[in-house]
Amino acid sequence: MPGDTVLFYVFGAVMVAASLLVVAQRSPIYSVLLLIVSFMALAGLYVVLDAPFLAVIQIIIYAGAIMVVFLFVVMLLNAPYEAAPADVARHWVGHGPRRLGAALGVVLLVELAWALWRGGAAQEIQAIAAAQGSGAVSSVREIGGVLFSEYGFAFEVTSILIVIAMVGAVVLAKRQL
Amino acid sequence: MNPVIIVQLVLILFVFTALLMSAAVMVYAERKLAAAFQQRLGPYLVGPRGLLQPFADVLKLLFKEELRPKASDAVLFAIAPMISATAAFAAFAVVPFGGETTLFGLLPEPVKLQVADVNVAILVVFAIASMSVYGIVLAGWGSNSKYSLLGALRSASQMISYELSYGLALASVLVVAGSLSLTEIVDRQSGTWLGFLPRWFIFVQPIGFLVYMTAGIAETNRAPFDFPEAEQELVAGYHTEYSSMSFAMFFLAEYINMVTVAAVATDLFLGGWQGPFGSESIGWIWFLIKVAAILFFYIWARWTLPRYRYDQLMNFGWKILLPVAVLNLVATAAGVIYFAR
Repeated sequence: MPGDTVLFYVFGAVMVAASLLVVAQRSPIYSVLLLIVSFMALAGLYVVLDAPFLAVIQIIIYAGAIMVVFLFVVMLLNAPYEAAPADVARHWVGHGPRRLGAALGVVLLVELAWALWRGGAAQEIQAIAAAQGSGAVSSVREIGGVLFSEYGFAFEVTSILIVIAMVGAVVLAKRQL
Repeated sequence: MNPVIIVQLVLILFVFTALLMSAAVMVYAERKLAAAFQQRLGPYLVGPRGLLQPFADVLKLLFKEELRPKASDAVLFAIAPMISATAAFAAFAVVPFGGETTLFGLLPEPVKLQVADVNVAILVVFAIASMSVYGIVLAGWGSNSKYSLLGALRSASQMISYELSYGLALASVLVVAGSLSLTEIVDRQSGTWLGFLPRWFIFVQPIGFLVYMTAGIAETNRAPFDFPEAEQELVAGYHTEYSSMSFAMFFLAEYINMVTVAAVATDLFLGGWQGPFGSESIGWIWFLIKVAAILFFYIWARWTLPRYRYDQLMNFGWKILLPVAVLNLVATAAGVIYFAR
């Protein structure tokens, strides 16, 4: 097996295992940490795909910024271990949301199976990549150019959304301005 | 085996050992210089002029008993120092510390003195620096002790606040250099203006350099920003409950982070391995001299300036340093566009 394939399976296995454990174990703080592990493995996959810029951005934004906030919330709320399933069943959250979750899970599973079975997507992606020329994705200059010309409107709309979120956060945090 | 791989492995091992040694040298230098600033002698018993003192300290720490508070979280308590130390070592992997050299003709082919030449090196340094906050936060929370938790919270809020200014100072340099690769940034700084002034970015970006150094001191939790371990208030901050080698790992991480900040500052602002004379092959000597100068400045600041008050720290970071960094970045970008025409 070539080195890239080995690395792909290693990072993929770490990612799947970490993501499963995020929901499979009960301590919220460990869930946060396992999610970080999963993000790191995803960054590793980006490096294997020859997109170091994306990998680094993934670490800075998700693992570095967003997860720190998550960690703080979990730590400061002092979230307890989740109760055992038997206790949950007795409370009112026991049924409705769980059934909805199960139904959504089945839908997702069917969708994934269909996408994998169809299989054509991989060839389409390769065709697009070939048309654009190799290495185009990994260059910071290219990404910046596309972001500020072709997707300029979407970019600006996103910035406005983030400003609104910031103002909202400040208003919520400070009752009296 | 491929000779390129062997050279790479040797280089990795060399950088690892050099970082360990630099921490030892820094501990010795810090204690000797502190003593000089306070008109004392400092360590002088172990070895000639006390030179072996850091090794004696490490040996002592190795043989100490590893203690863990009963109420602590065993897993988090164990992995927190590992995260700190790993992040500290990993950041140096993308920092170039010299041009191509044959080590005075010892090697048949010139070797690039950098472990991994990534084209987004600045961002890698920034990303790994943002990981080191986890080591501190988990140490504080996992210890389940109030001093540790308070220290960790202070440290995390300080690191998050100053990370913004730190990143903006980096951004202003990369706007000037037009590249994210540290090697290319150093190459842009070769040559001189008017025949005597080196083309270092510190002369183009004096404010950027000041912001970078201030934020860098805060990021590495050093005095006058050493709140995480303000001993008069918090015993020892986030590592209060740590002993033996896990304490040593935090200690090591702190000193290696300082070395990394100094090395990156040298690459970004002081022309890296460019020197007034000598070829590129002895560039690493110039690099060492510059890093040593910045580290001396670090120690000097620690033993000269008193600690800020906590609200002063936050006010300074958000109301002074961040606006200055933003204005500097905007002015730099405008200047680059104006002069490019």
